[in-house]
Amino acid sequence: VDVVSRYNVVVTGPADAPVVVLAHGFGCDQNLWRLVVPRLARDYRVVLFDHVGAGRSDVAAWSADRYSSLGSYADDVLTLVRELDLHEVTLVGHSVSASIAVLAVAEDSSRFAKLVLLTPSPCFLDDGDYHGGFSVADIEELLESLDSNYLGWSATMAPVIMGNPDRPELGDELTNTFCRMDPEIARVFARATFLSDNRADLAQVTVPTLVVQTAEDAIAPREVGEFVRDQIPGSELVTLDAVGHCPQLSAPEPTAAVIACFVGP
Amino acid sequence: VTDDRELDALLDDSAEDLYEHAPCGYLSTTLDGRIVKINQTLLGWLGRTRAEVVDRSRFTDLLTVGGRLYHETHFAPLLRMQDSLSGVALELRTASGGRLPVLVTSVVKKDSAGEPLLIRTTVFDARDRRAYEEELLRARRAAEREQTRVTELARTLQRTLLPPVLPDVPGLSVAAHYHPASADQVGGDFYDVFPLAGDRWGVFVGDVCGKGAAAAAFTSLTRYTLRSAAVYDDDPVVVLRNLNSVLHQERRDPRFCTVVFGILTPAPHGGCTVTLASGGHPPALLLGADGSASYQHTAGGQLLGMLPSVRIATTTVHMTKGDTLLLYTDGLTEARVDASRTRLGEDALLDFAQAHAPTTADKLIADLTRLLSTLRVEDDVAALSIST
Repeated sequence: VDVVSRYNVVVTGPADAPVVVLAHGFGCDQNLWRLVVPRLARDYRVVLFDHVGAGRSDVAAWSADRYSSLGSYADDVLTLVRELDLHEVTLVGHSVSASIAVLAVAEDSSRFAKLVLLTPSPCFLDDGDYHGGFSVADIEELLESLDSNYLGWSATMAPVIMGNPDRPELGDELTNTFCRMDPEIARVFARATFLSDNRADLAQVTVPTLVVQTAEDAIAPREVGEFVRDQIPGSELVTLDAVGHCPQLSAPEPTAAVIACFVGP
Repeated sequence: VTDDRELDALLDDSAEDLYEHAPCGYLSTTLDGRIVKINQTLLGWLGRTRAEVVDRSRFTDLLTVGGRLYHETHFAPLLRMQDSLSGVALELRTASGGRLPVLVTSVVKKDSAGEPLLIRTTVFDARDRRAYEEELLRARRAAEREQTRVTELARTLQRTLLPPVLPDVPGLSVAAHYHPASADQVGGDFYDVFPLAGDRWGVFVGDVCGKGAAAAAFTSLTRYTLRSAAVYDDDPVVVLRNLNSVLHQERRDPRFCTVVFGILTPAPHGGCTVTLASGGHPPALLLGADGSASYQHTAGGQLLGMLPSVRIATTTVHMTKGDTLLLYTDGLTEARVDASRTRLGEDALLDFAQAHAPTTADKLIADLTRLLSTLRVEDDVAALSIST
């Protein structure tokens, strides 16, 4: 399977414009970017994709073994830019994908020009003086929440959700058509997301980096954004006058504007 | 008339009262989640006063920490994208520290220009429902564990029916592939390559009818009988006749199978002679060093295990340097090539062989594995290739 179908790659914007790759976080897929894409695609070559296991990626490529660590997602990002032969890329990582982006750039920065970390959290767990905001018990509770909503998932709907609609009529029955994920995959991704500690990797980032946070974020507190800024040499921090963990949805214009301003002409 | 009037009076005060004391919780939040309106029912469930909540709390403040994470990563983004969301299972934290399982439905209220204004949410008490769902979840998890166990068992059993690694045959290359049609049922195809007296080698590929544990037991019997019979007398026709006698006497589980059995005899100056005997098995394919491909027909051989005595068909293939022989089961030719349910068939397999000749055992098996991945395979496929 080629990378385009493995990661459900969607490319928009002028062919010769600077490349911006948007990486979605845990809980959704590339749909999360839908409100900022029109603005960014005016000036940039925008590359959207789904992480393996999410959205309409190739689920056959997923295994619990491989995808229980964020490093594998970072390897996928590197594979994607290499196979699509992208250069001078600005990589925008949201939430856990901010950590994935950091790992990718730390591994091989040759194809990356800039990095945007949108509501990043390198470590969700509290640890001594570091306040990630959560305890291991909290994360277990999240896994319970995932389980409680497990019944909404059923095998008959899986083909529709996974983009192999042998039975298109089932599509109408879905109330939540976006961001569905096999609960088994969601559990593994949730663990990788919330139990990883990537604080030490931040110092490895060597490309110009913009950290974007919101004024109030129940998942990534403001001090975490400041921590990320302090750890990445020469990075800048912008705090949007917005609420929530997904400013690309709650405040799409300012979010697109700060990204565009940082990427430049 | 009086009754109607009384009924009207009863319903007249409704709007406010219905909101406040509805049998479900209501709340309205601004787009950033601040609670601006909440009904008495929900306040009662939470054990809180209006003053404590309105304009002071966000919806996520009412949730457990795990629920809050779920809300931020799933609920809120989805609601933004599709303007409504229904039946999401969450837990509320009550003032006394308890937890109340609820089902939550939200819609975004918009102004005439389509700009979102407010989020309206209904909350249903789901204590009984959740207990029932937990039972369901437990049952589903148990079923999934069972499924995993069955799959593992089938895989283990399948492994015992195939050689773990193929032996190194001096002067020849040998490769094989097994493609199970089902993850949780052991299939009845088999193959093996093994040494005989002198520098001769025995080779076979076969297919027992049926699937599952009983077919696997029969496959095991077939495989060991073939190996023992060949040690005793390695004339391929005698080997298959002996196998037929043993299988025919198997009264507990009468079944039949097809087998192609061959003796490999290295030629003095390179190359090798293959004497093939077949009991109802599809013909072998020879891919020549010159780029040709042809079936090595063994027509007329009968299924093994059905009749007390059987007709066995034979052929002899002289392989010279660069030739490749393919033995396979009919799961390959019977695989569907497309949704219109056309089978691959012998002609298309011959085309495939011609397109890939000359080749080697390893390359042919790799190409065949790739071909299988594009087909809809309904029965197991075993394939074994030998090249000089």
